[in-house]
Amino acid sequence: MSAVTNVLMAGVGGQGVILASSILAEVATESGLEVKKSEVHGMAQRGGAVSSHIRFGSKVYSPLIPAGEADIVFGAELLETCRWLPYLKPGGSIIANLQQIDPPAVFRGEMKYPGGLLEKLKQRDPGLIAFNALEQAIALGDARVATIMLAGALSKRLNFEQALWLEKVRELVPQKALEINLQAFQKGRALAGA
Amino acid sequence: MKKLLSGNEAIARGAYEAGCEVATAYPGTPSTEILQALAQYPEIKSEWSINEKVALEVASGASYAGARALAAMKHVGLNVAADPLFTLSYTGIQGGLVVVTADDPNLYSSQNEQDNRHFARSAKLPMLEPSDSDEARRFAALAFQLSEQYDCPVLLRSTTRISHGESLVELAERKPGPIPKKAVRDPAKYVMLPGYARPRHPLVEARMKKLKACAESFPENKIEKGEKKFGIITSGAAYQYAREAFPDASFLKLGMVWPLPEKLIHQFAQMVDKIYVVEELDPFLEDNLRAMGIKVIGKEFFPVVGELSPELVKKGISGPEPVPEIEFDNNIPDRPPNLCAGCPHRGVFYALKKLRAFVCGDIGCYTLAAQAPLKSLHTCLCMGAGVGQSFGMEKALGKSEKVVAVIGDSTFFHSGITPLIDIVYNQGQSTIIVLDNLTTAMTGRQGHPGSGFNIYGQPSPRISLEKLGEGIGIRTVTIDPYDLEQVERVLKQEMEDEKPSLVIARAPCVLIPEFRKTKKPPMQVSEEKCTGCKICLQLACPAISWVEKPDPAKKRKGFARIDKLSCTGCEICAKVCRDAAIFREDKN
Repeated sequence: MSAVTNVLMAGVGGQGVILASSILAEVATESGLEVKKSEVHGMAQRGGAVSSHIRFGSKVYSPLIPAGEADIVFGAELLETCRWLPYLKPGGSIIANLQQIDPPAVFRGEMKYPGGLLEKLKQRDPGLIAFNALEQAIALGDARVATIMLAGALSKRLNFEQALWLEKVRELVPQKALEINLQAFQKGRALAGA
Repeated sequence: MKKLLSGNEAIARGAYEAGCEVATAYPGTPSTEILQALAQYPEIKSEWSINEKVALEVASGASYAGARALAAMKHVGLNVAADPLFTLSYTGIQGGLVVVTADDPNLYSSQNEQDNRHFARSAKLPMLEPSDSDEARRFAALAFQLSEQYDCPVLLRSTTRISHGESLVELAERKPGPIPKKAVRDPAKYVMLPGYARPRHPLVEARMKKLKACAESFPENKIEKGEKKFGIITSGAAYQYAREAFPDASFLKLGMVWPLPEKLIHQFAQMVDKIYVVEELDPFLEDNLRAMGIKVIGKEFFPVVGELSPELVKKGISGPEPVPEIEFDNNIPDRPPNLCAGCPHRGVFYALKKLRAFVCGDIGCYTLAAQAPLKSLHTCLCMGAGVGQSFGMEKALGKSEKVVAVIGDSTFFHSGITPLIDIVYNQGQSTIIVLDNLTTAMTGRQGHPGSGFNIYGQPSPRISLEKLGEGIGIRTVTIDPYDLEQVERVLKQEMEDEKPSLVIARAPCVLIPEFRKTKKPPMQVSEEKCTGCKICLQLACPAISWVEKPDPAKKRKGFARIDKLSCTGCEICAKVCRDAAIFREDKN
């Protein structure tokens, strides 16, 4: 079963997690692999938690990643990344946005945003890729490209050709914001390091 | 050509390839995208129907005239369409008629978790169940063929994971349906008077016998030979989970889940030492297999509630062997969906809470008002139910209890009009509030008869709620839901009045283009004036947050802050603030 690669992508409705997961799924398809992608639509648009399971390999059965078998947990929001940590396999990789979006109980002042989350992530993956994609995206000129930046970082942890990623980013992002999305993707790759 | 498609897109593709000409649906998660995808094909006449019953009736009319037609709905939608469905089983069809039911195990966006395979048995119709997108495409085409071959509607069952999961699909060309189009005058087949219907029933029974024989050789009922130790009988998403968990087991994978291939099942039973039935929700296959005298293991080890997963299948079969358990961190707060910043429903619910009303609710975004801190919606049963329920409560309690009904515009058209007429006819006093945001917001902003546009986004007649109310003979009052003072005053007055009334709270959903015309600059909180009373936080607006910063001099524990990016400037918070601490920054 190690022939299947499992990527769990999570975030908050509106962050573009579904778009990023579509880009990855198309990259894997174009590479000639069997791909399954599963997510739940519906209430997510109202600021709820969003997650997408992407699986690819020579043969893929379950659309859901089995517990503890995610090769990569990709989080567009810090707390949501931690929520899915139990899915990460031992030795798996983490790509995390350090941006924090308060859930309702926190913004209403009933609970505190939990502390020590980055440390928790580091315990599971000492070599994790983590940066504040929102701040980086704003610096680049458009807050909306944060998740594409994270997808750029993700591309460094997977063995697909860069040209293929760029082709799929071009196809799937809004055309009027194409240039800044491509820049964001490259910025993400640079921030991921070697 | 291979393409990555969701199960819903694949069902649409399969119907297109099969020559489907008419497609209908009422939006409902997880089925909505089927019609959205069908509407992309110019060869198909697609529509958002007013409700699922009408959707099936329109599709069946097209079928009677020889066209291949499809009606799609979520599981609970089939309850609404059950009336035409059961008798369509008697009349049969002309052009192939496919009814898609998308079930929602785990209730991701539904009010119950019913298993619609039971409909196939009780309506005496065949049901196909795909386990990935390519099967969804192929099974849709097969369903049209079976429908014409056996002269009955065919049910195509999906679940959330199949509908919203994406996998690779092999595309094929479109071929026209084989049935000539004409209005067939055959009263003995199409007029279900008792005298005509009585002789149809034996035909239905005979058809099911033939379909049973068909199931034996149906190519999508497959034995996948593996180890002899145990065999698994399964279908749909459950097949994928079971195959993931036990790649070497023997499988009987059922593409047709009703009627069941009894001989094939007995043959499979001979091949393996014991049989597990792996199915989501009810023991539908299991009960029927037991009735055939086959010894199976099923729901004693697999849950009847919720979705399955590879882990749950593994646990069910491996028994006490250790299986990794997913334990989520309890310190991580939930992130439930919320009414959007600037949502026009918010003020109405705030006012209803203040008026201490008992609110009979309905299905839509506004059902979220049941959650803390608004907590001002007290029932939600099914589409349209709140209107009738408020009248029933009024009959039981009298007017003293301040019962009102709230219902969304799309839901009102779906099934709120008939109970409203019931109130007028039976001289009730109820106050019915239509939360008219000009769209079907919850499922992704589809058009409806009051929205002014059709499934293609083209302008279409807008049915006026005011004129509808006038025609029924109920007083209508239209209010601006952002004008909190007006909302409170009108609602109080209408709740006290002894005549029934229809209150229309109208403002566009913040997610539709019309809203942009009304959007205002964001509000701000004066840190100086804010006393930290938290009353604005009671609105549950995601743009307003609490900043904890104790200040003994000001006798406050913190203050509120408004996020400029998400605030739409609706001013509701400024209206509830007792300290005039919320204001709009003057651009000049």
